[in-house]
Amino acid sequence: MNIIVLAKHAPDPESEINVASDGKSVDERGLVFDINDWDRYAIEEAIRIKEEKGGEVVVVGVGSKCEDTLRKCLAMGADRAIKIPVDTSLDAYQTAEVIKEAIKDEKFDLILAGMMSQDLNNAQVGVLLAAMLDLPFATAVSAISSIDDNSLTVARELEGGYNEEVTLPIPCLITVQSGINEPRYVSIMGIKRAKTKEMKEVDVKPTISTLEVEKMYLPPVKKAELIEGDPSEIAEKLIEILKDRGLV
Amino acid sequence: MFKGIDFYNVDDLLSSEERLVRNSVREFLEKEIEPLIIDAWHEEKPLDFKEIGKKFGQLGMLGAFIPEEYGCPGANYVTFGIICQEVERVDSALRSFVAVTSGLVMYPIWQYGSEEQKQKYLPKLASGEIIGCYGLTEPNHGSDPGSMEATAKRDGDEWILNGTKTWITEADIADIAIVWARDVDDGKIKGFIVEKGTKGFTQHAITKKGSMRAGGVGELGLVNCRVSEENRLPNAVGLRAPLSCLDQARYGISWGAIGAAMDCFETALNYTKERKQFGAPLASYQLVQEKLVKMLIEITKGQLLCWRLGKLMDEGKATPEQISLAKKNNVRVARYCARTARELLGANGISLDYSPIRHMANIESVYTYEGTDDIHTLILGRAITGIQAFRRELIVK
Repeated sequence: MNIIVLAKHAPDPESEINVASDGKSVDERGLVFDINDWDRYAIEEAIRIKEEKGGEVVVVGVGSKCEDTLRKCLAMGADRAIKIPVDTSLDAYQTAEVIKEAIKDEKFDLILAGMMSQDLNNAQVGVLLAAMLDLPFATAVSAISSIDDNSLTVARELEGGYNEEVTLPIPCLITVQSGINEPRYVSIMGIKRAKTKEMKEVDVKPTISTLEVEKMYLPPVKKAELIEGDPSEIAEKLIEILKDRGLV
Repeated sequence: MFKGIDFYNVDDLLSSEERLVRNSVREFLEKEIEPLIIDAWHEEKPLDFKEIGKKFGQLGMLGAFIPEEYGCPGANYVTFGIICQEVERVDSALRSFVAVTSGLVMYPIWQYGSEEQKQKYLPKLASGEIIGCYGLTEPNHGSDPGSMEATAKRDGDEWILNGTKTWITEADIADIAIVWARDVDDGKIKGFIVEKGTKGFTQHAITKKGSMRAGGVGELGLVNCRVSEENRLPNAVGLRAPLSCLDQARYGISWGAIGAAMDCFETALNYTKERKQFGAPLASYQLVQEKLVKMLIEITKGQLLCWRLGKLMDEGKATPEQISLAKKNNVRVARYCARTARELLGANGISLDYSPIRHMANIESVYTYEGTDDIHTLILGRAITGIQAFRRELIVK
């Protein structure tokens, strides 16, 4: 089974986040970049399928600095990588569009992506790509229950702790939820092996822009409130706050 | 994930593979090992290196610079240094384990062992399947190993070993020990691989330590302990052999110490930016900034020393004196940063909830082992003057 995995080189949301001086972007100096957490599960899932069924795993990254993440995927066990050195930033349409162009000559049975990225939380690239390629897709996949030559059966995570089982014809695209597996750590032996694996740069440009950032800002700091008074007054005030916020 | 301190873009001097090694080791340690440290240290219940060793082995963290044919990663010395830096950022006991396994147990087998010994032990040590320790220091001879009292006496195809080795990292849990002893017949120091359970070989832990409490250290006893000639390291003759192993471990320490210093700096920087006194963050006061800046400067210089020494090691050009300089300097940096960070954290600085006090206590061991700070001064003093100042005639009037 030939699998394409989308892996984003994304900033850790726990890094130091500051708005840049243009007021429209994030100052990258405080950011720590690594593979997007959801994509880590996607690449692990792809490698496990390959280990069981054979085939090839090709990892695709978008962005001028995505090489470290692609190399990490190769070190984990992907066979080759495609780097698209264009910074599409916040525009998910552009990201999907350049991926579609870059993989047009690839033969694949399945595209795997993380459900969303840890920095932007759009959850759009996977589904946009599926639409552009006219592929059936399933999102928020929490388990792959069976795979054969013609179809794939997966569990999707729904709200409220429910799951839905769906069967998709192959080829198809799925976006995976975190926790679908336990991703392996990258070994030094794997890193050495990755050195000789192919990393191809495909220079494609997006054709349209679908998004313009007007302003970037940090949310106002929420302050804690100390409720004073005797216990009955405190209880009354507490109930009022909970009702106000629709919590009871 | 920890961003790292890189004021002089030292990262640019590393290859993308080396950076990837650092990130993957860092990620693994942050998720799997860091959460275990405080309790292990507080209760002086050493980490379970039998289990941790296997995980380190899977990642290729043991014997990183030894060739692949022996089940090792076959990486370079810079990579070994990076591993040491990352593990010591978490706790010095982890770096002790990595540096002892790689530099003091695997290295002598690789350099001085027979092909059979290499095939038999190196893959198992690399995978963490077995743990090794290194018996050089004795109760009466620390800085002066040349005066060692442990003896080896040839008896047919066997050697009879007698003596005591102390302050041995992982002594109590080791499956094999590299033991150094003087051949009573030719007076030369020779190395032996002694396996756990050998008759006459005992292993004990030393407890009630005020340092390195998350790791194990202990004593080895040899009483008419018989090992076969096959277990002698055939190519190790004389004191130079054990000293060359120390060079490997000292190199690892020079990177590791900067790891501990970086963690202390990061902790102090974050703390002083958050903590307010007299209505403003501590970091806004000149006295505090001066301390932070001094730490940053020392760490940055230490990072450059590590990198350059790593390159010299990879080119096979590093001298023992260059290694001494890096070990001495960088451990001093760690000692200074740990104490300064502890100070900047005020009363919270004495709590194990913050790392500096733990690093501060650990670094006292590092300052002393693998050549005390003073011994490295004498190594450097001899190098620049040509006059040795280790040993002198004591004139008693």
